[in-house]
Amino acid sequence: MTDRSFLPRKRTVFLVLYLVFALVPIYWMVVMSFKTNQGILAEFSLFPREFTLDNYRLILSDPSWYMGYVNSLIYVCMNMVMAIAVALPAAYAFSRYSFLGDKHVFFWLLTNRMTPPAVFLLPFFQLYTTLGLMDTHWAVALAHLLFNVPLAVWILEGFMSGIPREIDETAYIDGYSFPRFFLTIFLPLIKSGVGVAAFFCFMFSWVELLLARTLTSVDAKPIVAIMTRTVSASGMDWATLAAAGTLTIVPGAIVIWFVRHYIAKGFAMGRV
Amino acid sequence: MSTIVKPVNQKAWWLILPVILCVAFSAIIPLMTVVNYSVQDIISPDNAVFVGTEWFASIMRDEDLHAALWRQLLFSGAVLCIEIPLGVALALSMPSRSWRASAVLVIVSLSLLIPWNVVGTIWQIFGRTDIGLFGWTLARLGLDYSYVGNPVHAWLTVLLMDVWHWTPLVALLAYAGLQSIPEAYYQAASIDGASKWAVFRYIQLPKMRGVLMIAVLLRFMDSFMIYTEPFVLTGGGPGNSTPFLSQYLTQKAIGQFDMGPAAAFSLIYFLIILMFCFVLYNWMLRVGTRDSGASHD
Amino acid sequence: MARIDLQLAHSYARTVRSDADYALLPLDIVFEDGGAYALLGPSGCGKTTMLNIISGLVTPSHGSIRFDGVDRTRATPQERNIAQVFQFPVIYDTMTVGENLAFPLRNRKEPEDRIRERVGRIAEMLDLSGQLDQRAANLAADAKQKISLGRGLVRADVSAVLFDEPLTVIDPHLKWELRRKLKQIHHELGLTLIYVTHDQVEAMTFADQVLVMARGRVVQQGTPEELFERPSHTFVGHFIGSPGMNLLPVEMREDGSMWLDGQRLGRPETHQLPAGPLTLGIRPEYLHLAFGSGPDTVPATVSQVRHVGTGQLLSVRVGGHEAKAYLPADAVPPAEGAVVHLALIGPHTCYYRNEELVA
Repeated sequence: MTDRSFLPRKRTVFLVLYLVFALVPIYWMVVMSFKTNQGILAEFSLFPREFTLDNYRLILSDPSWYMGYVNSLIYVCMNMVMAIAVALPAAYAFSRYSFLGDKHVFFWLLTNRMTPPAVFLLPFFQLYTTLGLMDTHWAVALAHLLFNVPLAVWILEGFMSGIPREIDETAYIDGYSFPRFFLTIFLPLIKSGVGVAAFFCFMFSWVELLLARTLTSVDAKPIVAIMTRTVSASGMDWATLAAAGTLTIVPGAIVIWFVRHYIAKGFAMGRV
Repeated sequence: MSTIVKPVNQKAWWLILPVILCVAFSAIIPLMTVVNYSVQDIISPDNAVFVGTEWFASIMRDEDLHAALWRQLLFSGAVLCIEIPLGVALALSMPSRSWRASAVLVIVSLSLLIPWNVVGTIWQIFGRTDIGLFGWTLARLGLDYSYVGNPVHAWLTVLLMDVWHWTPLVALLAYAGLQSIPEAYYQAASIDGASKWAVFRYIQLPKMRGVLMIAVLLRFMDSFMIYTEPFVLTGGGPGNSTPFLSQYLTQKAIGQFDMGPAAAFSLIYFLIILMFCFVLYNWMLRVGTRDSGASHD
Repeated sequence: MARIDLQLAHSYARTVRSDADYALLPLDIVFEDGGAYALLGPSGCGKTTMLNIISGLVTPSHGSIRFDGVDRTRATPQERNIAQVFQFPVIYDTMTVGENLAFPLRNRKEPEDRIRERVGRIAEMLDLSGQLDQRAANLAADAKQKISLGRGLVRADVSAVLFDEPLTVIDPHLKWELRRKLKQIHHELGLTLIYVTHDQVEAMTFADQVLVMARGRVVQQGTPEELFERPSHTFVGHFIGSPGMNLLPVEMREDGSMWLDGQRLGRPETHQLPAGPLTLGIRPEYLHLAFGSGPDTVPATVSQVRHVGTGQLLSVRVGGHEAKAYLPADAVPPAEGAVVHLALIGPHTCYYRNEELVA
């Protein structure tokens, strides 16, 4: 196969250096999660002096803790599916057609990400209370559409525009119906874009704190809100926070693992 | 795209209707509420006086605001100058096949998945010279480092933290963009005798234009609005300094529990970001058009 | 311009256990210098693999490939000096048409005036002269394919130009124009051209020599006439022609007569035919209706008559088998259900045993 490595030896060195850079703070967090609070604050050590699993034990045994993960997973997955489902046709429209106001709407979509979410707190609170959706997964899933849908549309549109229109036309000539064309030909060609858009929707929704905390109280409280419990008048519970933080990475890592085939080695243009 | 003009089709509005509904539902009503508050002096829940543009005028006169604004622009500028090239370089060095590709993808994405307050917390400990790896190393190297006491150090630490936290976003976008380039382009370049640099300049970079634009806009917006991570790290800035615009505005407005000025600040903040993004967007489109000739609009 | 010798086989599998593991079964082919060749076959027959081996994008697992006698099995495409046109246009979006065409020469560090002269010549040949300063990305697909082709032709010493189904994304009404252009270029420049396609019309109009491929091997190599008149394999007979050759199972008897389902067909002229079951092949173009029944004709029932472009296609049932015959457009066709008489044995009839041509 063609060798398109860009300065292979230097490339690998650079990659390894970056991976180390990326992992060190994470290593730090993981180490903190196996220490006690006293151990963290007492001294500097690369490895826990007193190795303890207490932090994890607390989180995994206390429903008020681990339900946070479940709640987050629920509304994040709901949001991810909705955002992509709604964004796909819109991105196709922006990519393939020209219509009244298209450029303006496209840019307007992104403006919804240009305000600090704090602006929306009070209005959202009022809106969802009126709708009776407070403290439900639906509330957060819908609220997060605000910033995820524009992102998904922008990303998908970019990838769709990279596919020549001839592909669409050839498929129509060959007698494909639009749904069949879209699912069997078009989507595989843009799967890198779909993979990355899906992952970003997951990620931004997963880490969002303000809206998620405001719109929930008990039933749907996400892990990001529960983690703030570690800050209290008696001081910071570093160790538990570190353990909770470490566990937070796990679902996201799984998502990336699942979409890896979509993102890596996009479908090469083959026979139509 | 080889056809020059996209067909005009007003029926395409049906395809974007769901998107508009979702976003408008979430955005327009709150926005109207904010505008509403921004022109009133809300003395108490029942007593609100219309004050027009009074809040906006006082904000624009504020000298401290101008200083905070420049510092913030400098920060976002630094973020873009570091994260975009670094992310692209990272994407170019990430493998595209086999288990290695999957492993690298996961490791690179980890920093994105950590809730932002936890990121701030980690770096809080990480940067302490007594118990944190980073701070301890710097102290051992003889540097007088203190993100708590020194505003410049705090600013730099936040910058480093941001680079660590968000470069993978740029890298993932660039990587996905790279992976969509059909093999035939590389084959043709090989046949044409193109150097590795020529392949980057004439094939890879142009094809990444779309994703890079998204990356630039996203990173600009998010870095301009940055709040949680620096707040957690410094608890509101060393001493009385407020290096970041969002902190400045929050302190000024919300600290005083005043909805009117708060709403006005939010709108101005939004308009500043909007203006810069608009300029960036059009500039990148024009640069792209001059080069590639195929703009997506 | 080069003569290319292939003596190789290719398998994508790590260990080769049977013929099925081969993408290309062992073969020995020569592409003469300056010839126009088509590799024709259905999907999966190995034609693209062969093209990629010639271009250097794939290294054969067994055997070697030589350019003008020099072994280039491990050489890169650049070292072999080939040019390739892909299924979809591959151009450099950021460059103008002229810069695209000049690119391979600039990479070789040729002097600017030589580049300009060469680009001008090729652009003129491809009718691109007026567009040299336009951005390449804005043009239609057929213009882009011409640019792709031009980048290959611009090197004066290009050894061969390879085409991988290049007309796939071209508008149908522009295809013939590009084909015509290719023939013109071949005539002017005398390059070795190798063209991969699954479309027999493209292959037959473009090439001097067509290689029909199926399941990893070259079934027959010959001029379009040879492939049409005397297909050496029933696959070729069936694949070439629209519709393909009629293939009927017959029996050759000891006494030299041929029988189809108990009906006597006649005595074939050739005497080399072995006794036993054979397959009789006759193209619809050569299947004539006799005026009446005779010793060498066999009755058939007309099942359908259809007008097709330049003539009429007759579908008949003869002795339990389907066959098709062509009639001129102005002939009066028999009615459906009528009985006609076919003269199956004639100068254009081919006989096959185990799918291979025997006479």
